[in-house]
Amino acid sequence: MGVIAAEAGAPAAASPRERRAARRRALLLAPALLAIGVFLVLPLGIVLVYSFLTPGTYGGVVWEPSFDAYVQFLFERDIFDETLVFSTAYLEIYSRSFLQALCATALCFVIGFPTAYFIATRPAHQRNMWVFLVTVPYWVNLLIRTIAMLFLIRNEGPLNHFLITMGLIDAPLRIAYTNIGVGIGLVYSYLPFMVLPIYATIEKLDFGLVEAAYDLHADRWTVLRKIILPLSLPGIVAGSLLVFIPSLGAFIAPDLLGGGKQLMIGNLIALQFQGSRNWPFGSAAAVILMTVVLIALMFYIRQQTRSRVAVH
Amino acid sequence: MTLGDTVSTPAIQVERVTKSYGEGAQAVTALEAIDLEIEDNEFFTLLGPSGCGKTTLLRCIAGFEGLSSGRIRLFGEEIDELPPNRRPVNTVFQQYALFPHMSVADNVSFGLRMLKRPPGEIGEVVDRMLNLVHMAHLADRKPTQLSGGQQQRVALARALATQPKVLLLDEPLSALDLKLRQRMRVELKQLQEETGITFIFVTHDQEEALTMSDRIAVMSDGRLQQIGSPHEIYERPVNHFVADFIGETNFLNARVSAVERGRATCRTSSGAEVEAEAVGGCRAGDEVSLSVRPEKIRVLPIGEAQGGSLKGEIERLIYLGTDTHCQVRLEGGLTFLVRVQNAHGVQVRVEPGDAVALAFDAGAARMLVD
Repeated sequence: MGVIAAEAGAPAAASPRERRAARRRALLLAPALLAIGVFLVLPLGIVLVYSFLTPGTYGGVVWEPSFDAYVQFLFERDIFDETLVFSTAYLEIYSRSFLQALCATALCFVIGFPTAYFIATRPAHQRNMWVFLVTVPYWVNLLIRTIAMLFLIRNEGPLNHFLITMGLIDAPLRIAYTNIGVGIGLVYSYLPFMVLPIYATIEKLDFGLVEAAYDLHADRWTVLRKIILPLSLPGIVAGSLLVFIPSLGAFIAPDLLGGGKQLMIGNLIALQFQGSRNWPFGSAAAVILMTVVLIALMFYIRQQTRSRVAVH
Repeated sequence: MTLGDTVSTPAIQVERVTKSYGEGAQAVTALEAIDLEIEDNEFFTLLGPSGCGKTTLLRCIAGFEGLSSGRIRLFGEEIDELPPNRRPVNTVFQQYALFPHMSVADNVSFGLRMLKRPPGEIGEVVDRMLNLVHMAHLADRKPTQLSGGQQQRVALARALATQPKVLLLDEPLSALDLKLRQRMRVELKQLQEETGITFIFVTHDQEEALTMSDRIAVMSDGRLQQIGSPHEIYERPVNHFVADFIGETNFLNARVSAVERGRATCRTSSGAEVEAEAVGGCRAGDEVSLSVRPEKIRVLPIGEAQGGSLKGEIERLIYLGTDTHCQVRLEGGLTFLVRVQNAHGVQVRVEPGDAVALAFDAGAARMLVD
């Protein structure tokens, strides 16, 4: 009887021991929560708040609430009569960025999947070396790597020089300062983010399944399509997200390799904080980008859980 | 083959098959000049300890390993050049290797889909296969939702669905618990008889091999040691390895004192005389090794002993339920194991420390060639 009473009373009045445990748990969590709060939540909060303020004349913000930044995103204000006209200028920048990021992700997959497969099928003692080699470029600053890429692909660069010397082309290919140049830059920047997660899933793949498929009369192409690809899907999805999201907001590659001619979301935002001195609009552009990505992610996660539920 | 020969072509002919890995001094020979023929409809078992080459031989037949030399024929046709997906053999893998992202039915239909059979036929075969292995009610499950025994059955159904000419089974029961393993042995044998497909079964478990097989090939160190029916392998082991690996046995060294009409009389160092069939052209004076199974020996009080029998002292009695094991220390220093059945209560009439004589019938001792 005493035991039952004690159990029933437990949730209402926690014993001193439980309270101590809870306090210890909170104390242990505190550093992580503090770091996330200061370095993640707080800056995002500032961005969100700034997007609803009025721009200051020399940058910064004036503490006066306003929706102007969001209105500016969709409408143009006529300079004479101040009427609002629907404008797709910024939507175009966003759709161009999405397309560019999508292409970069697809290209990263096409290059990254075979690379990851190659590494994962090496003898175990060689794999770490290959993974290391894939990550070597990351020891160099992104800006410097992008400039190096610019030197490679510009009109007078080694690539064009080589192609002309070989007699394959007469005039230099215009790659630098085009969308293709930006795409190359994005792929080059984010390729390892595709390779590494796919490598991690393929490395854990049971190659007995591949043998079983061969044994059941599947040819190589079918084995890839029906066994290896579906089973490495988690890695492919993770890699695609890791490439797509930073590509979408990329700043350095479009700025340097695109010559800033084809504005991308990243350049647009940067411009607002520099030349245009419109911090609220820059913040609003960032908030819109983040919202779109978050909605897409949530949609994806919901679908994942649903398909997982359907299995059971 | 001569004209009018009615002997059917063997399902599998393995001719001088050698397989080695690595090169030069580090080369490891996994299979050395293996020769064997497996008949159609046969339940054939490759038996041996781990690392003996039995799985390598199976993988050579499946096509996962290339041969270093030699030839493998399937119903008379050479298959060495064919990749695994073009060989009409299927494998049941040790860990089942069921596709985790497909339902049970999709797993079973996989081979048929690869062979581009019409959908109607596929559905019908899948139903038949799932019924055959009693899994029809779980057709929509994913493999991870099945128990080990159920996964085993699905793996069987999947491998049988394309009606292979030969089914290869790589230790398929090793991951199951004892009771299930025993039941699956009977089911497997039944399945083989029902389907009429040649089974090549790899195992290190001698009991499994003895219960299911028509014939057993015992392997060790990449070589064939003996091929024969379970009865032959157990009763007439040709060498030390086979006698030791299959069941329990006692070894005895002796010198042949006389050979007469195929039977050799052997004398041990302590003066006991044991008779055995003369093998390998042995002659008087040869040193030979004999094997005597523990259940073929009777323990007699020393008073009832006849001249020339093995004598010793009971060291320990171990009660094991179905039988009692007597450890007997022989005069020469060897320890013999004798198994006495407890079918009619404990029948051992001796106590530890008693002096005893060991008696066995004329056919009980088996001379080994090495």
